[in-house]
Amino acid sequence: MLLLILPGILYFLIYRYIPMAGILLAFKDYSPFRGFADSPWVGLKYFKLIFEDAEVIQVIWNTLQISMLQIFFAFPISIVLALMLNEIRNQVYKKFLQSIVYLPHFLSWVVVVGITVIFLRSEGLINNVLVNFLEINPIPFLTDPALFKPIVIIQVIWKESGWGTILFLAALSGISPHLYEAAVIDGASRLRQMWHITLPALKSTIVILLILRLGNVMDSGFEQIFLMLNPFNMETGNVLDTYVYFKGIQQANFSFATAVGLFKGIIGLILVVLANRLAKKFGEDGLY
Amino acid sequence: MFKATGGERVMEIFNNIFLLLIAVTMLFPFLYIFSVSFSSVSDVLNSDFLLWPKEWVTDAYTYILGSDQFIRSLWVTVYITVVGTFVNLVFTSTMAYSLTRNIIGQRLILFLVLFTVLFSAGMIPTYIIVKETGLLNSLWALIIPVAISPFNLIIMTQFFKGIPEELTEAAIIDGANDIQIFSKVILPLSKPALAAFGLFYAVGHWNSYFSGVLYLNDPSKWPIQVILRQIVIVNEPNAALGGHAAMVEALPPPETVQMAAILLATLPILIVYPFLQKHFAKGVMLGSVKG
Repeated sequence: MLLLILPGILYFLIYRYIPMAGILLAFKDYSPFRGFADSPWVGLKYFKLIFEDAEVIQVIWNTLQISMLQIFFAFPISIVLALMLNEIRNQVYKKFLQSIVYLPHFLSWVVVVGITVIFLRSEGLINNVLVNFLEINPIPFLTDPALFKPIVIIQVIWKESGWGTILFLAALSGISPHLYEAAVIDGASRLRQMWHITLPALKSTIVILLILRLGNVMDSGFEQIFLMLNPFNMETGNVLDTYVYFKGIQQANFSFATAVGLFKGIIGLILVVLANRLAKKFGEDGLY
Repeated sequence: MFKATGGERVMEIFNNIFLLLIAVTMLFPFLYIFSVSFSSVSDVLNSDFLLWPKEWVTDAYTYILGSDQFIRSLWVTVYITVVGTFVNLVFTSTMAYSLTRNIIGQRLILFLVLFTVLFSAGMIPTYIIVKETGLLNSLWALIIPVAISPFNLIIMTQFFKGIPEELTEAAIIDGANDIQIFSKVILPLSKPALAAFGLFYAVGHWNSYFSGVLYLNDPSKWPIQVILRQIVIVNEPNAALGGHAAMVEALPPPETVQMAAILLATLPILIVYPFLQKHFAKGVMLGSVKG
């Protein structure tokens, strides 16, 4: 048994828990040349820097905005899409629609961002239509800082909202048909059935997924954002994860980047715990 | 079924049409990319809106497949996907199975696994460990640090718990040891589940982009997604394909090269998609059963 569990234990120890000890870097003036042990302790110096740096504040703000916009727009769309799919009576048509809306989930972000670039660049399809058919000036979609967030949200909706329906559809298929039959006898319309039977059945799935999403509010999709960033949209697009990469790996400012990463991790942890408590207060199961 | 009122029938028709439109927005980019990738120079330059190639041209594909850099990166990705998925399955299944047996510290281990879902050390400390364990600039850097997805591990543990204990007990009476029980009794029963987990891990490896950028400096080791970014997003198809442009007489238009590259890099996903679909509903359902 020891032999069976050993690879897994070693993996978690080396690649998941030793890095947690590496968090101590945030309290040191780490330089790769001196090594970990010989780098001097500096206490909370880098955490103070986080709050003095206007750029970090902007980056935190970007992260929260993008996450919140995702929760407000992408999350409800999955629920609505699941409800709509659930209303389809023809099972073959339903299966067909499902296999199409799930597909984008399995594409890489490079492909999705690549498609976006092809459609939105100055000589791309959308601008061609704008210029030739609507006779207006081309829009610099990819470099306009004001358009970064809307485009990123639309990408997430396109890629993930279909896949997001799976758990809702699973919950919907668990509803007993007797409930609907009884409602019909009582004279309830389809809309009333949805309001009194379907939506309550989705409540706990919605709560659990919302907790998970709130806990990840400091993550706003690293690969996607990284691929969408360019020198023109840094101001509105740079988020915590990409900032840590630019500061830590590209500029070798290891300790500061670790501090930013740790700050992000701790806020995330606190948010999950709080959201979980909140869910339990509302009589739901919660995550753990 | 029940008689629908007139208003409800209108709603139903509207619902059907609206969903069809959604499906079209999901498929349209593919159709467009497919058509442009097979179109001729003049068609690409002269029409704004290509939905089907007017004449079929495969120049873009022969150009890409003639690039050593592109073929090499495809092989790198195939290697990472095959070896990586194998490592994933071995590490995940052995640990998941161990956690279903009554071992010392079982609850603690499960807690520690769950904790890594909620909190992770972050990019820099992980990068330093990858560097210190000597994986930097090696393809193993894309395999070992992601050997187990804690989420998949938890789901697989749930799955193994569902296998009747009598089977294990019978094997013990027959004198089998733990490794024999695992490999001769449990694994053969879990083939469909392993296939499902394997597919999900494999798609993850195939699509992974950033760890290639983070851990590999040597362009000859770059996986396909990194090259694809150079071709499409950075918009330098000829440079990314390793500069064999000089050897080609007439370069195909960059648009067609970009779209052909996207399709070639996505083809394997499209091929396994029917299998994925067969498995994922089951996989997600397994995950939603709380233990």
